[in-house]
Amino acid sequence: MENNTKYNLSNRRYVLISAIIVVTIVFIIRLFYLQVIDSDYKAKANNNAFLNKTLYPSRGLIYDRNGKLLVFNQPAYDVMLIMREIQPFDTTDFCNILGITKDIFVKRIEEIKNRKLNPGYSSYVPQTFMNQLSEKEYGALQEKLYKFPGFYIQNTTIRKYEFPYAAHVLGSVGEVNRKDMEEDSYYVRGDNSGRTGVERSYETVLRGEKGVEILLRDAHGRIKGRYEEGIHDVSPVSGKSLTLSIDMDLQAYGEELMQNKLGAIVMIEPTTGEVLCMVSSPTFDPGILVGRQRGKNHKLLETDPNNPLYGRAYMAAYPPGSTFKPAQGLVFLQEGVINSQTLYTCAHGYPFRNGKPACHWHPSPTNLVGAIATSCNAYFCWGLRDLLDSRKRYPNVQEAFEVWKNHIVSMGYGYRLGIDLPGENRGFIPSSKTYDKPYKKRWNSSTIISIAIGQGEIQTTPLQICNLATTIANRGYFITPHVVKEVQDTPMDTLYTNKRYTSVEKRHYDLTAEGMRMAVVAGTCRGAALPDIEVCGKTGTVENPGGKDHSAFMGFAPYDKPQVAISVFIQNAGFGATYAVPIGKLMLEKYLKGTISEESQYTEQYIKNAVITPTNVY
Amino acid sequence: MSIRKVSILKSIDWLTILFYIIMVIAGWFTICGASYEYDSMSLFDVAGRPGSQLLWIGLSVGLVFIIMMLDKDIFDVFAYFIYFIIVLLLIATIFLAPDIKGSGSWLVLGPVRLQPAEFAKFATALAVARFMSQYGFKLNTPKNFVSTLLLIFIPMICILLQKETGSALVYLAFFLVLYREGMSGKVLLIGCCAVLFFVTNMKFLDVIVGITPLGELIVTLMILVITTILTVGASRNKGILYWIVSIIAFAFLAGYIVSLLVPVNFYWIALALTLSLCCYLLYLAFRTWIMKYALIAIFALGSIAFLFSIEYVFDNILEPHHQVRIKVSLGLEDDPTGAGYNVNQSKIAIGSGGLTGKGFLNGTQTKLKYVPEQETDFIFCTIGEEHGFVGSTLVVLLFSAFIIRLIQLAERQETAFARIYGYSVASIFLFHLVINIGMVIGLTPVIGIPLPFFSYGGSSLLGFTILLFIFLRLDSSRRGN
Repeated sequence: MENNTKYNLSNRRYVLISAIIVVTIVFIIRLFYLQVIDSDYKAKANNNAFLNKTLYPSRGLIYDRNGKLLVFNQPAYDVMLIMREIQPFDTTDFCNILGITKDIFVKRIEEIKNRKLNPGYSSYVPQTFMNQLSEKEYGALQEKLYKFPGFYIQNTTIRKYEFPYAAHVLGSVGEVNRKDMEEDSYYVRGDNSGRTGVERSYETVLRGEKGVEILLRDAHGRIKGRYEEGIHDVSPVSGKSLTLSIDMDLQAYGEELMQNKLGAIVMIEPTTGEVLCMVSSPTFDPGILVGRQRGKNHKLLETDPNNPLYGRAYMAAYPPGSTFKPAQGLVFLQEGVINSQTLYTCAHGYPFRNGKPACHWHPSPTNLVGAIATSCNAYFCWGLRDLLDSRKRYPNVQEAFEVWKNHIVSMGYGYRLGIDLPGENRGFIPSSKTYDKPYKKRWNSSTIISIAIGQGEIQTTPLQICNLATTIANRGYFITPHVVKEVQDTPMDTLYTNKRYTSVEKRHYDLTAEGMRMAVVAGTCRGAALPDIEVCGKTGTVENPGGKDHSAFMGFAPYDKPQVAISVFIQNAGFGATYAVPIGKLMLEKYLKGTISEESQYTEQYIKNAVITPTNVY
Repeated sequence: MSIRKVSILKSIDWLTILFYIIMVIAGWFTICGASYEYDSMSLFDVAGRPGSQLLWIGLSVGLVFIIMMLDKDIFDVFAYFIYFIIVLLLIATIFLAPDIKGSGSWLVLGPVRLQPAEFAKFATALAVARFMSQYGFKLNTPKNFVSTLLLIFIPMICILLQKETGSALVYLAFFLVLYREGMSGKVLLIGCCAVLFFVTNMKFLDVIVGITPLGELIVTLMILVITTILTVGASRNKGILYWIVSIIAFAFLAGYIVSLLVPVNFYWIALALTLSLCCYLLYLAFRTWIMKYALIAIFALGSIAFLFSIEYVFDNILEPHHQVRIKVSLGLEDDPTGAGYNVNQSKIAIGSGGLTGKGFLNGTQTKLKYVPEQETDFIFCTIGEEHGFVGSTLVVLLFSAFIIRLIQLAERQETAFARIYGYSVASIFLFHLVINIGMVIGLTPVIGIPLPFFSYGGSSLLGFTILLFIFLRLDSSRRGN
């Protein structure tokens, strides 16, 4: 009996051993789950231990063509917070320092936590609470920062503008939005990126590359040094500098002339396609769209009825009016509709349609040179009629019109030229299809005669008009206009170095140039004449059904070896000769001579003081 | 003298010693990893933890030699004396110990601090072994059983009074020894059921579906199922199973149909079914005079009484920090910054180790002190983080092999004294293993007890060394050698 019991009891060890084995298996399964299957813990551990401190590169500087510094960086202070580290604190005090209400504070925190608005949110990672504190706010906050655990101040930079000009070219920098963050993972909430102008189009060049410093942080949030002596750290790479082709003096002068007027001035160096100045008026000081005031000021500019944010020089499309006539003449010449000797009559208008469109008095009949010089409407109407309605060359009007359109497009009209600025308008050049539909394919030159003189459906930007002047100055080609002359350590994009030839031969350009020269010597453009510089020009008075005519001018100088092409467009200023021509003259004089002669100073004063209120706004 | 030494060298269990050496060395390196600071790298500085642990290891080795030289009968003879001294020391500690981190278990002697509770384990084991190895001892007599329990509970209560609940719970390990020595398996079963019911009820505390309290329903169903199984096991008529199952199914189906019209508390249905089964069992007991039926009914009724008392015990007897710890451990409270912080951080540290770990001294979580108590109770985190799944599994396997080896050794003893002592040693190590690693990997409540040989601390290392080597000394002088 005793033995039997003993035997039984000694068997109980197997119960114990089984229990040990079960425990061991449970532990190993649990460890396998924790360590091998569930990767969540690894991420949590990294979030625990590593504080990835972003090192922001300094944004590239911007110079003008003469090496003048235009845009640089100044220090700013962002308030950051790490949600997880926040402990109860005196919110009233905090809000007072930053000058915000408690409602804004609460709203801001909600925005940060909202993953829809802030896709990269993590409670372990610093989030931007407020951007760009003033020096005073910074000082006050820095002093009391110890009271607000979880909040940090991060040094960043904001843009500083040396001159209050060229806002539309330079553009501005602002906080990235949700779309930017989704499109480019480089950005996190609170980052800045170029919003407009070259700041936007050269964003990837200017921004540089962010760096990162991996710091080790202990359980109390104290920094315990760099992870593995910083071998995983990445230094930030500064953004590259830009040299603009803009001449800041010229730009400033143009903006002064254009004050209190709506319109644009564009000047291009024909041999290089570099934009020398690009004035859009009204304009604003780019310095106001910086820092904390950006939002408020932007709203003010947005609500201004004259829309100063609108870069008219390349965003607005107007009918080109008579500045389009040289382009018409070029097409007629190329297609053999006319030659240098071809004469057309004018009877204060287009005789074929009983004097419509009308024309002013000038000798008649006239050849092309004369027609350009006197800006004869009838001449170009005749020309268009002979091109489109004569069945000798083309079987039908549609085909003839397509030929015309292709020539015009080759001169840079109807499509974006490809300037290195965002938001360029392509303008509009009609095709035969444009008319086929409303006129049921039964139309001829008379139906669409207003396009002969740059009216009707045709829409062009001031930039495209200047580009036509460039093409004529170059006698047949242009280089895609661009505002950036040089990106630091980077070869120029061939887009901005290749010559783009039009479909019209050089010899025809000679004749057109002669016509534009004659316009200055003895035609409508006499106001653009400069002593000892052979200026060539073409006026434009653009009919504007909704209000007073627009005043336009297009030209280049000198006649033989052109250094500059120009277009001026002023809304509701009446005849081309009244405002656009004198402005063009002053700009040419300023650029080519460097100073304004005494004779021109009266004009300068008169232009500067002129206030032209818009009657309708584009 | 030299002859005896040689005989010990021959007869001692070298395998266990190998386990011991591996664990102590691995433990020391783990402490290095856990206490490694970026700024100071002096592993051998006595002021630092690795340095002082080295000192304790040296002391332990010295103790090992002393124990090995002692006569084997000394332990048997002096068992009660040692036990008496230690109990006195434990009682003195209650009154003398300063409050260190909410615990009053430290005796401060100049520069040295000792935890008498760590030494009470081997003393209690000796006393229990001595008591139970008396000639003709029968555990199943009430007097013997109560006396044995007294031997176990006296030091346990002293330690509870020192606010060291973890170390006190270790004494529950002696129930495994009692089981091996003839205590009825029913006691163990009832104990396990109690823990199971308690944990389940806590887990679903205050969860109410409709008007049914889920925790109570599940526990009552468990009682019903266990009672049914026991009833069917006891009954000769196996067909009774179908009757019981059909009645239960019908009752719940009816309850479900009624619940479509008016809310039904399913807990009451389960309770009514259990009580009906008890009545039936009592009826059977009276009719057949088979005690088994009555016992099963008593078990079922007792379980229900236990269920009723759980909430009372939980709310009124346990200390608030234990309530919270139990709740967090059962996932009742998810508060990663509060009480759940330890477990959450230890799971992160272990989980971040991956398959092979980050390498010795390369753990970020432990180095940056994310895990509290990482050199002592949470030392296993450092293993998990620096040596990954491979390292932590090896440690678990090492411990299991070690304990199984101890059971084997205990089983081969010829004297009841040595066998009972051996089982005590194995049970204590097993309890430490289950609770400590279970806590660190988030399976058991956070009960602060060290991982033997790995956790930093002189008292615990010395205590475990003495505990183990007294047994190896006893083992080395078996008659067979």
